[in-house]
Amino acid sequence: MATSMTIWEKLGFRKASRVGEAGWGHTLWAALVSFIYFLPVLIIVITSFKVQNEALSVPAKFFPTSFFGLIPEQYVFTPTLENFTSVFSRAFTTGGAVENTGFDRYFFNSMFIAGTSVLLALVIGTLAAYGFSRYPLKGNDTYLFIILTTRMLPAIVVIIPIILMFRIVGLSGSYPGIIFLYTAFNLPFTIWMMKSFFDELSLDVEDAARIDGSSELRVFFKVCLPQVVAGLAATFVFGLILTWNEFLFALLLTGSDTRTVPVAMNQAVAGGGIGVLWGLLAAIETLFLIPVFLVTFFLQNHLLRGVTFGTVKR
Amino acid sequence: MSTIEVKKITKKFGEFVAVRDADLSVKAGEVVCLLGPSGCGKTTTLRMIAGLERASEGDIVIAGKRMNELPPEKRDIAMVFQFYALYPALNVGENIAMPLHFEKLSTEERNKRINSVAKILHLTEVLDRMPGQVSEGEKQRIAVARAIVRDPNCFLFDEPLSRLDVELRHSMRGQIKEVLSNLSKATVIVTHDQLEALTMADRIAIMKDGMIEQVGTPHEVFAKPANVFVASFIGTPQMNLVEADLKSFGKGVASIILGGSAVEMAADPAVSKLRPSKVMIGIRPRAFTVQDKASKDTIHAQSELIEPMGAETLVHARTKTGADIRVVVPREKRVKIGEILHLKPDAKQTHFFGEDGMAVRT
Repeated sequence: MATSMTIWEKLGFRKASRVGEAGWGHTLWAALVSFIYFLPVLIIVITSFKVQNEALSVPAKFFPTSFFGLIPEQYVFTPTLENFTSVFSRAFTTGGAVENTGFDRYFFNSMFIAGTSVLLALVIGTLAAYGFSRYPLKGNDTYLFIILTTRMLPAIVVIIPIILMFRIVGLSGSYPGIIFLYTAFNLPFTIWMMKSFFDELSLDVEDAARIDGSSELRVFFKVCLPQVVAGLAATFVFGLILTWNEFLFALLLTGSDTRTVPVAMNQAVAGGGIGVLWGLLAAIETLFLIPVFLVTFFLQNHLLRGVTFGTVKR
Repeated sequence: MSTIEVKKITKKFGEFVAVRDADLSVKAGEVVCLLGPSGCGKTTTLRMIAGLERASEGDIVIAGKRMNELPPEKRDIAMVFQFYALYPALNVGENIAMPLHFEKLSTEERNKRINSVAKILHLTEVLDRMPGQVSEGEKQRIAVARAIVRDPNCFLFDEPLSRLDVELRHSMRGQIKEVLSNLSKATVIVTHDQLEALTMADRIAIMKDGMIEQVGTPHEVFAKPANVFVASFIGTPQMNLVEADLKSFGKGVASIILGGSAVEMAADPAVSKLRPSKVMIGIRPRAFTVQDKASKDTIHAQSELIEPMGAETLVHARTKTGADIRVVVPREKRVKIGEILHLKPDAKQTHFFGEDGMAVRT
């Protein structure tokens, strides 16, 4: 049997019908698309190392070094860490005294508020999801639907009643207030995600545990929960990203002590009067990226790993 | 004492009755198979014994104690599931140790118990692996190991061998039988495979549509089926069940019209109680002898299809009235398609079923 190679196959594209590792051609395409997606992030990170006039220069200076003269001078900038130090302390007026910007506090707030509320939502949501999955209420689907309706409206629509409610009970501007709000905000998603993970599990395994003498609590903690670790990780990461980047509720419901980074970032940039400090903004954004990046990076094994190991496949 | 008594249990799912008035008792050391086609209620019956389903009516008594209200974890039973139901997040050793959790054993004692069952079931090498990393046969053995690691009141098996390939099934059947015989506990095995039931069980309960049709030793259910369903369900190839007209009965011989011709057939004395009526005659395919010429005690049928089965040959023949008759003949006997066969049934292996479908027998 003569196997003739087409021009595409010689270029490294795999035959469409074949299953297996992709050839170099496909891999390059994928790399190109990924690069375009990643470009905005890359530009932000590069800009954070530039001083103001380099950040504004046209054409954009893209390279931190000329690679021994390979890159023409007009594309090369001199990297500096100045932006990063001025995130935390800088002079607000030219020649003025160097002051603390409070960003250390805002970063702590963002981490504390997002972390606590996502964990809280994960605990409550997982328990609720297990309940919805194993002990359905009469009209279970209706309850689940109602839970989801709370997320059907854009935040801007529900913000007014929420502000009123928070004012009345005095939660406005406090840590518990914004944490509870974000918990409520993450719950529908958590419940739906985790319910689908619990629904996938084999009921026989739980029955086996009961026959082996396990109480319902032990069935949940020892048998069910370990099987949905990947689900917990995925839900945690998605919830974290959503909460981390949330702006509107944070703008209206946090006080000066509880302000989160997205709100502070907006104020730091808008309040200058001398135009937008692009380098500074990029530095804040770069720092802001790091925590979620790390969490996602360390949980990605769990995100990708299958849950069941094939023992309960039907 | 390790016994199971099931007294008139019924299970209803809404309007649907899955199990109706099932009675079953299993003595200590006895293995009873619940056998029946899919959806006949055998697994539901087992789950009621285990406490995973609540019986709508009737009583479940295990080891002399009424268990209806007790949850499964209080019933002190062990069960092997059809899909093994191993705990995916625990390794093999931890899986086997799971039932020991409440016995408060020392680590040493615990490991001793695990190692001894692992040895019986040849699992010593895989104790540290995860359930996803062992073979299908090993998964099955882990499930059995988990059941026998403790000393429960009774054992329940739900289709234990259905997922294994033929070869493994043979060897596991022997292994399970051997393990069970050393434990002398009441055991219930659910299966739809009659070969499994016939080989493993001390007694077989045959179920259909939620009812237990017959309970008996493998020999009894094969040789003396209580009704048409059991007769047709047990035995391969299937028993021939042919409609016939009973004309008269005298001196142990019944005169019937079968397949359009009059046949005189030796029959059970109980047949004399039947008035002339339609009856069902059941004859095993191996209970015929092929005669050279017609006589008054032979059935006539024309061969239509021939299936060699190795040692024997299965012949499908058809009577004048269109009734299908399966005959197993020795390999040496050459039968041609279209040939008229004169078949003499063995009187001892001929069953008469009345109009109600029940066997007529003394």
